[in-house]
Amino acid sequence: MTGAQILFLVCAGLILGSAVMVVTARNLMHAAFWLIAALFGVAVVYAILQAGFMAMIQVVIYIGAIAIMFIFADMLTRRDVRESRAQIGRNWPVAVLLGLLILAGLTALILAQPGVGRVAPALPSGLDPVAALGKALVSPDAYVLPFEVASVLLLSALVGAVYLAFLKKQ
Amino acid sequence: MLLEYAAIAAFILVAVLVGAIAIILGALFGPRKKTEAKMMPYESGMNPIGPGARRMPVRFYLIAVLFILFDIEIVFFLPWAIVFRQLGLFGLIEMAIFIAILLVGYFYAWKKGALEWE
Repeated sequence: MTGAQILFLVCAGLILGSAVMVVTARNLMHAAFWLIAALFGVAVVYAILQAGFMAMIQVVIYIGAIAIMFIFADMLTRRDVRESRAQIGRNWPVAVLLGLLILAGLTALILAQPGVGRVAPALPSGLDPVAALGKALVSPDAYVLPFEVASVLLLSALVGAVYLAFLKKQ
Repeated sequence: MLLEYAAIAAFILVAVLVGAIAIILGALFGPRKKTEAKMMPYESGMNPIGPGARRMPVRFYLIAVLFILFDIEIVFFLPWAIVFRQLGLFGLIEMAIFIAILLVGYFYAWKKGALEWE
């Protein structure tokens, strides 16, 4: 086994263990911290896959912003709502069945892809993935339209967040 | 190629160690004499008023959401900025449109007073 494989197995264990803790922790704040651990594990997996930019985004956006938002949302919630509810609902067998079905479907889909199990070819030396992404973002035959649409999406999220936060005061 | 991350790994390791050492040394060598006054939540020296965890104002949440949005913009700015000179005028116009659309939201948030703490 290579070093990268060992690192991947350690990371996968960390991610799965943390993810289980996220859904089983009784304290919502602890769940948020376990979520940060799981997200960090995913960042390391990106790094193993030589996707350094994705790893950076994973840390900056998911841990730096979204996990922080979860923590703030937890602090906004009333305490009695947070801690008095049962963690498992009546429909858990259905949920388990659906989860297993989705897992089976996804596994079948992934295994049907050509090239599963082969080692990915190394990135050509001298290629800067971030520079290539920057070019692709604004070139008309690549992603320029999704790029501009993304700004509209961000705009609607921004306006929506501000509108909702100021709803009560008027 | 993974060795490129050795510096980051070392940095994280040192950060965790520094935090862990402070906690472990305190737990190992600190005397533990619990008195009622010591077990009280600390509130600047006075007796605490009300529960320790009370609800935070929605303003924190708004700041967090705005931070996410501006953080995501960085994801788009960074790859663009790296090849900005090669892209020429066309790339500049593309980014100007992108920013112009977002500026609408920025001015809306500003006008609504979302960027102020009151």
